Amino acid sequence: MKGWWRLMRKYGKQLLSGPYLVWMIGFILLPLLLVVYYAFTNSAGSFTTANIISIFHKVHMKALWLSIKIALQCTVICLLLSYPLAMILNKLSLSRQNFIVFLFVLPMWMNSMLRILAWQLLLSNNGIINAILDFLHLPNISILNTPTAVVFGMVYDFLPYMILPIYNSMARIRKDIVEAAQDLGAKNHTIFIKIILPLTLPGVMSGIIMVFVPALTSFVISNLLGGGKVLLIGNIIEADFMQFFNWNLGAGLSLVLMVFVIASMAVMNNYSGETEGTAVW
Amino acid sequence: MEKVLIELEHISKSYDGMVILDDLELTIHENEFVTLLGPSGCGKTTTLRLIGGFETPDTGKIIFDGADITALPPNERRLNTVFQKYALFNHMSIAENIAFGLKISGKSRDYINDKIKYALKLVNLEGFERRSVDSLSGGQQQRIAIARAIVNEPKVLLLDEPLGALDLKMRQDMQYELIRLKNELGITFIYVTHDQEEALTMSDTIVVMNQGYIQQIGTPEDIYNEPVNAFVADFIGDSNIIDGIMVRDRLVRVLDTELECVDTGFGTSRPVDVVIRPEDLIITPPSEGFFQGTITSVIFKGVHYEIEVLADGYEWLIHTTEYHETGKQVGLRVIPFNIQIMNKPESSDERMVEIDA
Amino acid sequence: MVKKSLDKVYLTLIFIFLYLPILVLIVLSFNNSKSRVIWGGFTFNWYRELFSSSMIMDAFWTTILLTMTASLAATLLGTLAAIGIHSMKKNARAIMLGATNIPLLNADIVTGISMMLLFVRFTGLGFHTVLIAHITFNIPYVILNVLPKLNQTSRYTYEAALDLGAKPLYAFFKIVWPEISSGVLSGFLMSVTMSLDDFSITYFTKGAGVNTLSTMIYTEMRKGIMPQMYALSTILFLMAFALLLLMNVKSNRDTKLAERSC
Repeated sequence: MKGWWRLMRKYGKQLLSGPYLVWMIGFILLPLLLVVYYAFTNSAGSFTTANIISIFHKVHMKALWLSIKIALQCTVICLLLSYPLAMILNKLSLSRQNFIVFLFVLPMWMNSMLRILAWQLLLSNNGIINAILDFLHLPNISILNTPTAVVFGMVYDFLPYMILPIYNSMARIRKDIVEAAQDLGAKNHTIFIKIILPLTLPGVMSGIIMVFVPALTSFVISNLLGGGKVLLIGNIIEADFMQFFNWNLGAGLSLVLMVFVIASMAVMNNYSGETEGTAVW
Repeated sequence: MEKVLIELEHISKSYDGMVILDDLELTIHENEFVTLLGPSGCGKTTTLRLIGGFETPDTGKIIFDGADITALPPNERRLNTVFQKYALFNHMSIAENIAFGLKISGKSRDYINDKIKYALKLVNLEGFERRSVDSLSGGQQQRIAIARAIVNEPKVLLLDEPLGALDLKMRQDMQYELIRLKNELGITFIYVTHDQEEALTMSDTIVVMNQGYIQQIGTPEDIYNEPVNAFVADFIGDSNIIDGIMVRDRLVRVLDTELECVDTGFGTSRPVDVVIRPEDLIITPPSEGFFQGTITSVIFKGVHYEIEVLADGYEWLIHTTEYHETGKQVGLRVIPFNIQIMNKPESSDERMVEIDA
Repeated sequence: MVKKSLDKVYLTLIFIFLYLPILVLIVLSFNNSKSRVIWGGFTFNWYRELFSSSMIMDAFWTTILLTMTASLAATLLGTLAAIGIHSMKKNARAIMLGATNIPLLNADIVTGISMMLLFVRFTGLGFHTVLIAHITFNIPYVILNVLPKLNQTSRYTYEAALDLGAKPLYAFFKIVWPEISSGVLSGFLMSVTMSLDDFSITYFTKGAGVNTLSTMIYTEMRKGIMPQMYALSTILFLMAFALLLLMNVKSNRDTKLAERSC
């Protein structure tokens, strides 16, 4: 009994993570192994690589390519919008900053479905924006059910995920570092290029990952704002599972997608300085 | 006296409704090692930052080498700062840090490389070009911060409590380094600290500040031996500060004993503050002393014994290399030269500043 | 200065972008006509229909139940896990943290379908599977919030408590817990946020009989306009606003208190 107690005291704390370990194995690792299993088997249960190879089919390639294109557009737009915004925010007084960050976080707390619904209302051919344009005798836009609408919706959904890490990494730049640069003769543009940009790079990388990956694998926004005409790789996978019940194909494509995502993140992590867990919030 | 380099005229600065500096006037000469000395919140760092350009005064002018630089931003002033927490760019190598200011002035690659080597040699860190900031100790980072500032050949170097984060030995070494640097480079140092020993060690001129006002300006000897008021006397070194009545010139009454002293001009029968440094008091047999009392504590400090004597109701502090045991009856003597007379505080501000005995 | 007004213009534009859709929803929720663009007069009808619709209310309560239960469970498991990980040696810790990052970095769709494959094999889909899924993706957020706090707390305060005679458990509750509690709370809140809003993972793991707000809205949106949705949006927005306001006021008060005591 004494010996057991002593063992507990030495390893006790670590054992607290035991339940989590079991949970992880059961509900994270096991499912992923299942995906691998289904990816490499056919409906009869025998080994095949057909599912993986199918990524190269014309339809799949087209969807993958479109997904990458849209995700890149979304990421770039988010980045271009967010960086100046983060700079403006960081110049404000502290209480003002808290208030404005609050205003930014607020839409995030609204259900994302409803926010996309709102964009449907705005962008539809007889929607609100067109009504306003009619009123001003300007030509109508027909964006809904095109890739543009999907990009719009994605930017709207993911913008806060780009702003917050950039804003945080900027806020962490110590004031005396900037003063030291000024003291050594640097004008504002030099300070920006040599000090601010490099020091906010980890935040930028964080933001890019947090936007690109969900954008790449999204299927909801393309369904709701793309009207079935914008076929992304996420849509194909979802259809394989929920409509065609072709789990093997779906798993195969998912595996390819997973590898793709991991590869892109590995590339981007090379540029990121921080390893202490992406402190986004 | 060297020529005047910096003048602060009628400088006032408030922050958040609190007055930090009130009508400050200060003159700094070329090649001087000036120390702004005082407790936290006395305004010394603000004064330094005003000179550096990181704050602008509410009123007043700052003249640098004859020109009014009050409105000039820090990147256009011909001086450089060594920051309290070093403020090194830790995403750049040591060489890039040092080269930063030089690149901005558009110096050639060869010039910069030479300068980097020279600067690193000057601070005894040769070969550290490629190292990263994080791999350096506090003292090394400090020296790089100094190197980075001096390569730009400023006329004035501003140092904001640079030695605060170092341990005692390192601090003492760095103090000698700084004096050596100043002599080698021939530039003016404006140094901010709350450590009076640092100030006494390194400075040509000490500016003692408190609550936004300059208390006294002088050489270390002046400040130490002839403090003008109780605050300065108490802030610099240990002291015995006691009430006295100036009977007439060269005669003061302390604790019902009349002592000869050397100060004049303090009036007749006027209350004054009297300062006697602990090392100036001599322990004698009771009959030979001006005051008689009992030793209440003896502490060995290495350099000397710190002995407290309760005499005539006042607890005197004495520094002596001789040992006396606690409880012994003794007398205290002092030569006239070592008695320093100061005016009693006039305003409530100064009174607030009086030592709590 | 030109720069300052340029800043303000930019900020305003971004805000219009962010809030225009929400504004539209709020306005339309009071519109007495189903049209998007024609105003038919002010009405509370849609709100009435909202509260009387069993489909919407069911989804609402399911969402609340799911979110709260999952977040509480995740906070418990995650906090214990963080304490465990904090005590580990370098290698074990790296492995655990790496594994924790998997659900965070994996695409929602992959997490969703992988769990679906697992559940279909063993139990079939239902509320319990959605719950498990939510707990699973919430735990990493809790760990990421609690672990930094644990790293920050000085081991010396804990040792000081032991030195003064406290038993380990007592020392934990009196010394360590207060220091990490803010991390636990923020982890909990982050779980709530993630669960409330989740669609993809819920979609795959819920099965036919269960609906959260997100999945219900998704299905209905594909059918056509339901003005009750606008009313729902308005209410959710007001709730989020009130909640965030509360949290902000509290944190502002804390910062002001801290500043004053300096």
